[in-house]
Amino acid sequence: MSMGKPLPHDAAPLHVSGAARYVDDIPLPANALHLAFGLSTIAHGEITAMDLSAVRAAPGVIGVWSADDLRARFGAVPDCSPSAHDEPLLADGVVKYLGHPAFLVAATSHLAARKAARLGRIDYRELPALLTVDDALAADSRFEDGPVIWQKGDASTAIAAAPHQVQGSFEVGGQEHFYLEGQVAACLPQDGGELVIHSSTQHPTEIQHKVAHAAHLPMSAVRVEVRRMGGGFGGKESQGNHLAIACALVSLETGRPAKMRYDRDDDMMITGKRHDLRILYRAGFDAEGRIAGVEFTHLMRCGWAQDLSLPVADRAMLHSDNCYFLPAIRIESHRLRTHTQSATAYRGFGGPQGMVGIERVIDHVAHAVGRDPVAVRQVNFYAPMGEGPAEAGGASPPRSTNWPPEDIFRQKKAGEIQTTPYHMPVEDFVGDAMVADLLASSDYHARRAAISDWNRNSPILKRGIALSPVKFGISFTLTHLNQAGALVHVYQDGSIQLNHGGTEMGQGLFQKVAQVVAGVFGVDAAVIRITATDTGKVPNTSATAASSGSDLNGMAARAAALTIRDRMADCLALQHQTTANTVRFEDGHVHVGAEVLGFAEAAARVYAARVSLSSTGFYATPKIIWDRKRGTGRPFLYFAYGAAVTEVVIDRLTGENRILRTDILHDTGSSLNPALDIGQVEGAYVQGAGWLTMEELVWDAKGALRTHAPSTYKIPACSDRPPVFNVRLWNRPNREDTVGRSKAVGEPPFMLGISTFLALSDAVAACGDGSVYPALDAPATPERVLAAVKRVARDV
Amino acid sequence: MAITINGTEVPLPEDPRMSLAEFLRDGLHLTGTKIGCNQGGCGACTVLIDGQRVLSCLTLAVQAEGREVTTIEGLSSGDDLHPLQEAFIAHDGFQCGYCTPGQICAATAMLRELAEGMPSSVTGDLSRPAPLTAEEIRERMSGNLCRCGAHNGIIAAILQVAQEGAA
Repeated sequence: MSMGKPLPHDAAPLHVSGAARYVDDIPLPANALHLAFGLSTIAHGEITAMDLSAVRAAPGVIGVWSADDLRARFGAVPDCSPSAHDEPLLADGVVKYLGHPAFLVAATSHLAARKAARLGRIDYRELPALLTVDDALAADSRFEDGPVIWQKGDASTAIAAAPHQVQGSFEVGGQEHFYLEGQVAACLPQDGGELVIHSSTQHPTEIQHKVAHAAHLPMSAVRVEVRRMGGGFGGKESQGNHLAIACALVSLETGRPAKMRYDRDDDMMITGKRHDLRILYRAGFDAEGRIAGVEFTHLMRCGWAQDLSLPVADRAMLHSDNCYFLPAIRIESHRLRTHTQSATAYRGFGGPQGMVGIERVIDHVAHAVGRDPVAVRQVNFYAPMGEGPAEAGGASPPRSTNWPPEDIFRQKKAGEIQTTPYHMPVEDFVGDAMVADLLASSDYHARRAAISDWNRNSPILKRGIALSPVKFGISFTLTHLNQAGALVHVYQDGSIQLNHGGTEMGQGLFQKVAQVVAGVFGVDAAVIRITATDTGKVPNTSATAASSGSDLNGMAARAAALTIRDRMADCLALQHQTTANTVRFEDGHVHVGAEVLGFAEAAARVYAARVSLSSTGFYATPKIIWDRKRGTGRPFLYFAYGAAVTEVVIDRLTGENRILRTDILHDTGSSLNPALDIGQVEGAYVQGAGWLTMEELVWDAKGALRTHAPSTYKIPACSDRPPVFNVRLWNRPNREDTVGRSKAVGEPPFMLGISTFLALSDAVAACGDGSVYPALDAPATPERVLAAVKRVARDV
Repeated sequence: MAITINGTEVPLPEDPRMSLAEFLRDGLHLTGTKIGCNQGGCGACTVLIDGQRVLSCLTLAVQAEGREVTTIEGLSSGDDLHPLQEAFIAHDGFQCGYCTPGQICAATAMLRELAEGMPSSVTGDLSRPAPLTAEEIRERMSGNLCRCGAHNGIIAAILQVAQEGAA
């Protein structure tokens, strides 16, 4: 079996030798044009005049277009929005953020286009700019009519009736994707007005759809190909639309190929980032820290256009429980419209924002009751998973029954089904068992005591340690997106070509799906030729997002492969006068009756018998149903779990800090590929820790993003990696019938980074007498750590 | 007026303001060298000039006149990979791969710097050659960003090659 093997990435030899081709590396015909946008220089204003004569006269410029020019030529300004049709390709009369594309330049080189784009003169009548959530709240500037509110029980009464209460609010910063390969697209015009688009996108079908709409073509006349991206992280789910549409329009206008690549600064100025937000909370609990009721208010800054903000904010609400059973809860979510970049998808898609809220509450409660936060987490955990798989035929791991005494007191028992704030039963909770395992392997309790001793003797440097668990819901919350297609060909020489709707951005999806298909045919994974994602091969695909890539595409590819294998078995069985179910495909051979054929020989015989060796496959996720207006249903097929323990040290005089050690246990179900999965877990943790510590986006009072390059926006570097970094997989079968009983892994481990933030809070607390809660904001930069130190040490 | 690139002499570009990165990619179609930020902040464009690592986006092509430039394409010959290239595969030292050519070029020169005894900011004892440790490698590779967070694999790969070289 090929599934479960720790094979390297399928394109590994290409990557290390520089031969892996990205969009910007594809040779284009010599007459290709290069595009750049001219950007607005104010956050909000009416365009009163636009003088582009200097742009037109610049060396190498072939064409320049404003919104009015596009309307004159195409009847409308093409829309780039993935949702609400509120993103014209170019600012149409009004600029809505600083960096808003206002005109488009085509020139003979990338540099000529960029230079020319700087020469445009735009006059504005400035309008008031809403830059912060406070600005937007005051002006009631929002998406949807009012806040979305979901409730379970009566939180207000439960909080009031509880013996203890805490309340607070904190800021959570956004995050720049900083994919190393910036946004890029190229368009090659074909015969008969057809277009071929190469795009660095997680969502080829969306590119196809938006380009077709802009160009007034049927989708069948637009083919989008994506071999790979140099990182995506959600930033290439909708943000590539503009470049692809611009290239297509210029190709139609000029008849020439066109390519557009954002320079890094332009990329950061133009494209959306993770939603930042303010979280207000109130909780009521008993002396053990057991929560009776909690209320959250999310003030999410969505930026100028709707983009994916509604489902992102929904997912934040959906993760406001994390691993904890909250008997009564009220969540109020405001989706605020501001004159800033339109916030978009980013790994976790709002989940991290929701989860950091409840983790903060638990941390605050633990401080209030004077208990180890781990103990407070444990008393609030969901009931552990009962015995047995979700349906007959599956395997289920043995489970410990050593629950802490608190659970008995609460009469919570294994197999008891508790529901989430959105009324979905939690049937697969393994967080408690994983946490118990991790506490032991990380030596948490002993280290916590040692750190406490160490801190007593260290006046300047203070250490902190924290554990945080993860429960992340797997499935798109927009139910119809949970479908996938695949196309598998077996050639008469026995070679196999695989295509599916998922895109490769480094996560190793192609290799995982190839392993699934290799497993079906009993051949080596290296036999499978994986081809670029292509809307001409598999249509109507969903974005490679929501961690769903291998779950959806693996199942679709498996279905296609099984169809072909069944046909081969039927055909060969008939030839050997045996039954199809006795034909075995293993080790590169096909066993039919007494004969053993090489796979190539078998394929040749089936071909000669005039039987099709090609098939599509399709998969639609079962069981899910979701009413987002009411906030009830089963939005997720299952949950993926994890836990991390992080130890940090801070300097109380400067706020500088670093991670000393990280231990992770993460749930991948039966891993399809442990090597790739461990890579995902490590990378996600580092990125999550970056979000909450060093990655800071700063806008000035005019709405200009001042952190628009690696010189000012710091992502974790090699030296920030924890010096001790232990990562293990909880390699046990998924309760649900997923491909190979594996679990999705792209997003869930991102939230393990929350443990870093909590460990910093713990270190800050050690700077005072324990009476003041640190109330740290995120990202916990040295400045914020220092401010929190001053709070707890009361030397403000 | 020529540069030697991966062993072949090529004439300098006509435009003296052309960066080495652009010259490699657009002029010579050596697209293994990547442009991540075009301002010397990410390391994706790292190549070797006379064995030393340089950021090709901040280097003019003419500055390399008469010198020997090695890009990621020049580190291997056919299927015969450089030990660092092999090690990056064995240790999963990448995910999306975009920073990988720069990482490997930087690591090649970095090991030489280490072997020559050049200290870094984490070297404790400056009177002796810097030791071959993960901590030194962490520090010395920090100019090459990896957004996928494949740092564990990168460090393990480099450490393995360094130790085999030292053995």
